[in-house]
Amino acid sequence: MQRYSGFGLAKHALSHHENWERQWRNPTPKKQYDVIIVGGGGHGLATAYYLAKEHGIRNVAVVEKGWLGGGNTARNTTIVRSNYLWDEAAALYEHAMKLWEGLSQDLNYNVMFSQRGVMNLGHTLQDMRDIQRRVNANRLNGIDSEVLTPEQIQQIVPIMDCSKNARYPILGASWQPRAGVARHDAVAWGFARAADALGVDLLQNTEVTGFKIRDGRVFGVHTNRGDIEAKTVGCVAAGNSGVLAKMAGFRLPLESHPLQALVSEPLKPVLDTVVMSNHVHGYISQTDKGDLVIGAGIDGYNGYGQRGSYPTVEHTLQAIVEMFPIFSRVRMNRQWGGIVDTCPDACPILSKTPVKGLFFNCGWGTGGFKATPGSGHVFAWTLAKGQAHPLAAPFSIDRFHSGALVDEHGAAGVAH
Amino acid sequence: MFHIYCPYCEELREEEEFHPKGQAHIERPKDPEACSDEEWGDYLFFRDNPRGIHHELWVHAVGCRKFFNITRNTVTYDILETYKMGEQPRVTAESLASQQTQGNVQVASGGQQTVGASSAAAEAIKGEQA
Ligand SMILES: Cc1cc2nc3c(=O)[nH]c(=O)nc-3n(C[C@H](O)[C@H](O)[C@H](O)COP(=O)(O)OP(=O)(O)OC[C@H]3O[C@@H](n4cnc5c(N)ncnc54)[C@H](O)[C@@H]3O)c2cc1C
Ligand SMILES: [Zn+2]
Repeated sequence: MQRYSGFGLAKHALSHHENWERQWRNPTPKKQYDVIIVGGGGHGLATAYYLAKEHGIRNVAVVEKGWLGGGNTARNTTIVRSNYLWDEAAALYEHAMKLWEGLSQDLNYNVMFSQRGVMNLGHTLQDMRDIQRRVNANRLNGIDSEVLTPEQIQQIVPIMDCSKNARYPILGASWQPRAGVARHDAVAWGFARAADALGVDLLQNTEVTGFKIRDGRVFGVHTNRGDIEAKTVGCVAAGNSGVLAKMAGFRLPLESHPLQALVSEPLKPVLDTVVMSNHVHGYISQTDKGDLVIGAGIDGYNGYGQRGSYPTVEHTLQAIVEMFPIFSRVRMNRQWGGIVDTCPDACPILSKTPVKGLFFNCGWGTGGFKATPGSGHVFAWTLAKGQAHPLAAPFSIDRFHSGALVDEHGAAGVAH
Repeated sequence: MFHIYCPYCEELREEEEFHPKGQAHIERPKDPEACSDEEWGDYLFFRDNPRGIHHELWVHAVGCRKFFNITRNTVTYDILETYKMGEQPRVTAESLASQQTQGNVQVASGGQQTVGASSAAAEAIKGEQA
């Protein structure tokens, strides 16, 4: 792999940037691998990378039905934070946060991780009680977390309407200074390039259509490009996880819902942090290019259509304009949807399944981008050792039968 | 935006009057105390979540406030029928598959999407549902 550096940039300028090496190979599938990862989103690619890097398992294929990162990875609003309420969730997301902090160096790829802080607004007294409880819990877990007063909020975001007469009065917020955003495509590409360099085969346009299972044990997958064998298969397919589980003969406690986002025309820098409001289901940040990135709530119905409904967009924009009157005449450029796999307790599933050798990493729902490196890291460990990584152990499917849920709904302001 | 035919109001109304409530026809175990953890967890949390035909519960929240069922395609979002509580769907994944093999894909409609939907479908259902 050609290393990226300032010097390389200057050198390639001399040949008009026409001689850059391809970022990854386009291999033909082998008959057999040690591990198959189904799903080439950020989580699947990160899993493959850490399998190769940390566990020396390099005979790995990532099987992706479309293009790398074309699922939720490239459709999300890129908010990264770790201020979750419960110990189990906080530990998992903080593990990811620590990896984010060194990720660009580790991958030799600029993922544009920008720790510009994330604010979760409180609009009601109950919001504020929940925020205080969560901030205290975060601090006990060693996670940077603060409660902001409306005056402090106004200082950080001068353009927000923090007046008493606002339609959604702002009573305070939680604030995580180390939180922020990252460039979603770069995350997928960075992991892909680094995994490829370690020998991982990235198989695009290859759809898994079934599993090869004998005596309750998986030994491969059927794809539109023929069968591929492996004794260990990890499924990381977000909104389509339920479809894969059905192929393997079991159900998951998941529902697939459309979740949408939209971006505006580019503006001059006006918002240098991330503002989220769970109460009104809107969140907003500004990219380096200048577009406002706005995320909405999920559509309540099940759907696989990768598009959302208009009423949801309307509610979100109405709330955003109430909070930021200055944006009332900004024009929106694009709107799209992804399919998120929501779990009853708003926490992921990182687990063995009833089929031996078949593991699932799913249920990240509306908020898994922030976990990408951490999820891949612990899932790779789980696949390599055949048993759950300590950070993954609380997130097994068994919890839906034992009752040991990790209920992050509302508590962590789990929009994203 | 969906236009949904409420089988109680007998009218097409806009999506925002309704709330989806998840998979339909889930029966609460008759004797919960006798359930194993497995059975109880399955009842509470596990869903079919199909890619394709889905029977789901909706409530006409700001209309008649009654619950009813919709058969909908979760990929195209086409609403294929709506029916009252206690009734069974006429359109199922199986019935569609067999109709398709006979070259007949005409089904009852319970509503429409404003984007790309034919208004004839909306007219047709009035007779169908009555
Ligand atoms: C609009 C929106 C906004 C969001 N905002 C945020 C946010 O601000 N912060 C945050 O933390 N999270 C956010 N999320 C959630 C986040 O995007 C996801 O949790 C995360 O990206 C999931 O990553 P993944 O790699 O598991 O899934 P994906 O990127 O969806 O990858 C799964 C891959 O599996 C492939 N696949 C599926 N079926 C098959 C098959 N049969 N064979 C082969 N391949 C298959 C798909 O093509 C896909 O590429 C948002 C999501 C959406 C939709
Ligand atoms: Zn009604």
